Amino acid sequence: MSNKIHVSTKVNGDAVEFLCDPRETLLDVLRDRLNLTGAKEGCGTGDCGACSVTVDGRLICSCLMLGAEAEGKEIGTIEGVAEGGELHPLQRKFIEHAALQCGVCTPGILVAAKNLLEKNPDPTEEQVRYWLAGNLCRCTGYDKIIRAVLDAAEEMRGAA
Amino acid sequence: MKYHTPASFADAAAIAASASGVTRFLAGGTDVLVQMRSDIVMPDDLIDIKHIDGVKDITQNADGSWTLGVAVAGAEMSEHPTLGKDWPGLVEATDLIGSTQVQGRATLVGNLCNGSPAADSVPAQVAAGVTMTVTGPNGDRVAAVEDLPAGPGRLNLEKGEVISAVHIPARGDNAGDAYLRFIPRTEMDIAVVGCGISLRLDGDTITEARVSLGAVAPTVLLVEDCAKAIIGTTLDDAALDALAKAAEAACNPIDDKRGTIEFRTDVAGVLARRAAKIAYARAKGE
Ligand code: FES
Ligand code: FES
Repeated sequence: MSNKIHVSTKVNGDAVEFLCDPRETLLDVLRDRLNLTGAKEGCGTGDCGACSVTVDGRLICSCLMLGAEAEGKEIGTIEGVAEGGELHPLQRKFIEHAALQCGVCTPGILVAAKNLLEKNPDPTEEQVRYWLAGNLCRCTGYDKIIRAVLDAAEEMRGAA
Repeated sequence: MKYHTPASFADAAAIAASASGVTRFLAGGTDVLVQMRSDIVMPDDLIDIKHIDGVKDITQNADGSWTLGVAVAGAEMSEHPTLGKDWPGLVEATDLIGSTQVQGRATLVGNLCNGSPAADSVPAQVAAGVTMTVTGPNGDRVAAVEDLPAGPGRLNLEKGEVISAVHIPARGDNAGDAYLRFIPRTEMDIAVVGCGISLRLDGDTITEARVSLGAVAPTVLLVEDCAKAIIGTTLDDAALDALAKAAEAACNPIDDKRGTIEFRTDVAGVLARRAAKIAYARAKGE
């Protein structure tokens, strides 16, 4: 099988080109071809959210999209969340609230939470819980994650 | 696997018609990629229809009806400023499918074409009277959603046929729709029973109704007897009893760990009552 597809896309604002097999998912491409290993594969079937990224600003599971579909799109991953050496408020609040243990779910949750706060800077706890319902965490029991997101939202509103 | 990106539905249909192996169309991919990953299906030809003009458009036509592109995602329907005002039941049913991430990609047409009798948006589509344009090697035809499922995982589509547009009727005055499902938890689960209802009123009296049940038979059902039970009534207790009875009578469910035959049958009646009340209140503008 050598019908590799040439794809031009943007990842975290940078123009990127890659060759991929048509069966490769965007998650495979990010991790194995672009060395962006922040997005994790928890399940590979859209159930856990560990592979969450944005495509043209829309939150998706990168395990449920082909690399070939990225042509002409703008991809956002966890690697683009911090600004240079400066952690994003969500990242700082996750550390402050101890909202992670093993960390496998964390990149996906941060990408998902950032996407929520861009659409809705002042979500209720219920809205945060529903928004993140597709992000499974087997360690924290979720509550610290929710507190961290709400606290970060409050700080970001104050700064704006 | 060959990955195709045709620029028209006629081209997409031609690729599928001449393909000799397993063919799949790709829109949101939330079922196709899972099947590929789980080694259930590995297509020889995968036809991505998202390079075709208009597949992401939500358009309200001059007569009030709606045309949706086949790659419009659930999140795009939910965020639309007016679609959900016309058809709240249909938009809410679609929004029930999967997580935020799945909503970013999953489509109405994919939900239909996956062929699950438990697909949440399908009873709502049937109740709303949604039709689909089907493009095939010999041109276009229009099919009602209730005529497309043939059984679990199977559709009444010929080789080379692809759904190319979604048509939602004009809502019109004094009308409302609703969809309810039962699941054992609050989010992200597969319907044990689903019920979609759309109706229109003249004053307090129901003049038109469509009632659809999901997950109680091999395909989503359009239940005429349920509609008859409430047309001409003001949805009083007698009408609700007749509606529930007709819903129960239409059930031919499976028995599994998610729900017994008895349970699914009973819940179908309960959901029909509740969905009818919501649709009625919406039709009254309440
Ligand atoms: S790896 Fe994509 S949802 Fe689990
Ligand atoms: S911190 Fe371990 S899965 Fe969430």
